[in-house]
Amino acid sequence: MELKTPLYDAHVKAGGRIVPFAGYLLPVQYEGVIAEHMAVREKAGLFDVSHMGEITLKGKGALASLNHLLSNDYTKMPLGKVRYGILCNEEGGVKDDLLVYKFGEEDYFIVVNASNRHKDYAWMKDHILEDTEIKDISDEVAQVALQGPLSRDIMKKVMKEEDIPEKYYTAKRDVDISGMNCIISYTGYTGEAGYEIYTANENAQKLWDLLLKEGEEFGLRPCGLGARDTLRLEASMPLYGHEMDEDISPLETGLDYGVKMNKEDFIGKKAIEEKGEPKICRVGLRIVDKGVLREHQDIYVGEDKIGHTTSGTYSPLFKTSIAMALIDKKYSDIGTIVEVDVRGRRLKAEVVPMPFYKREK
Amino acid sequence: MFNHPKELKYTKTHEWVREEDGLCVVGLTDFAQDALGDIVFVNLPSVGDEVKAGEVFCDVESVKAVSDVYSPVSGVIEEVNEALTDDPALVNNDCYGAWFIKVKEVTGEDELLDADTYEEFCKSEA
Repeated sequence: MELKTPLYDAHVKAGGRIVPFAGYLLPVQYEGVIAEHMAVREKAGLFDVSHMGEITLKGKGALASLNHLLSNDYTKMPLGKVRYGILCNEEGGVKDDLLVYKFGEEDYFIVVNASNRHKDYAWMKDHILEDTEIKDISDEVAQVALQGPLSRDIMKKVMKEEDIPEKYYTAKRDVDISGMNCIISYTGYTGEAGYEIYTANENAQKLWDLLLKEGEEFGLRPCGLGARDTLRLEASMPLYGHEMDEDISPLETGLDYGVKMNKEDFIGKKAIEEKGEPKICRVGLRIVDKGVLREHQDIYVGEDKIGHTTSGTYSPLFKTSIAMALIDKKYSDIGTIVEVDVRGRRLKAEVVPMPFYKREK
Repeated sequence: MFNHPKELKYTKTHEWVREEDGLCVVGLTDFAQDALGDIVFVNLPSVGDEVKAGEVFCDVESVKAVSDVYSPVSGVIEEVNEALTDDPALVNNDCYGAWFIKVKEVTGEDELLDADTYEEFCKSEA
């Protein structure tokens, strides 16, 4: 039985097409994926991402626990900073990727993928070091993502401007929005400027309605999971279960920026070291022939199978199909032409630079 | 709600068919185009291809997924709607104008439903 987010009724009322996703009933779209996607690229879109998991880590041992559990280094992290990280297994595979927020020297807030929430929590609880308190608060916390070039204009209408985080990957907590206590995070999963707002479940409906109302003049529209996926793919952002899983090392899938191999130790480090230089890598593909690339399609050069797609879609922005793929490093040069087996047809695609889309700052 | 004109026949796989100048004209229903969402690619067959009732003759890609399109009749393709190649969104915008194929030498047909029966069927699918 799927769970409902606190915004479920709002989605149904607004005509959202509801689908089960990661154990939750969420809208895949309202009006249409393309319109929602382009709203985020050009104006602003609002997403219900309350399904995401939130875990707090507190105490004298919290920092040491983070550095032990995660591939990134959290030692020199200013207050209010948000830092990406990867939770590895002992074999050097990826259990999940996540965000860590630092709100105090002994007070961290971790956001994990909905589908991995229980697994992550159990693993972390088993592997935290002493003097660390861990708590899964996912069921109490709602999250909405306001994304797009006009998001700041909308935020300014609902809150004090000085409370809006200035820098990408920073956050402020105990921020007041119309009487609601919120965490405002300058982050997102779309490749656009935008904010992720966390608040207690009971505020979710009011916050959602307020943002939609105040955002109307800026062209803000509610967006579903469909657009969330096409947006993150254009921005080449990896997704657990696609670009990474328990059998893929973070280096193989190009997450080097989140892996500090010079750090003293973390779970999985030894196994990653022993694997040595990765033989596969993550690349971007753009279709040359006509058709649409999807996930889990085999990739060939001649008769040699060199890898597979991990995510693929039609890109509303580029009006053609793009994909991410894990392939043999030998064939990863930009401009290489490969063939993708699309339901029995071999379609040509070109290795292109990632991200496919990068916003102008 | 959905628009399923009375003068057409329908399949349980959500195609419509109508007769026109001795040919069977085939397309996707309003229910189908709505369920698929934004259609971005139509992989049309070729003129002269044989189609069999109840078998796949084409696939359409929406942003999210690929779906098969089944032929309501058996016969030979006389004409394909090339306009769908350039503008697949026609299927969303005007699904009864945006026909896929015209079939000649029709020798058989799948189970075809009238509009009312098809609407009932859609309700049971929804």
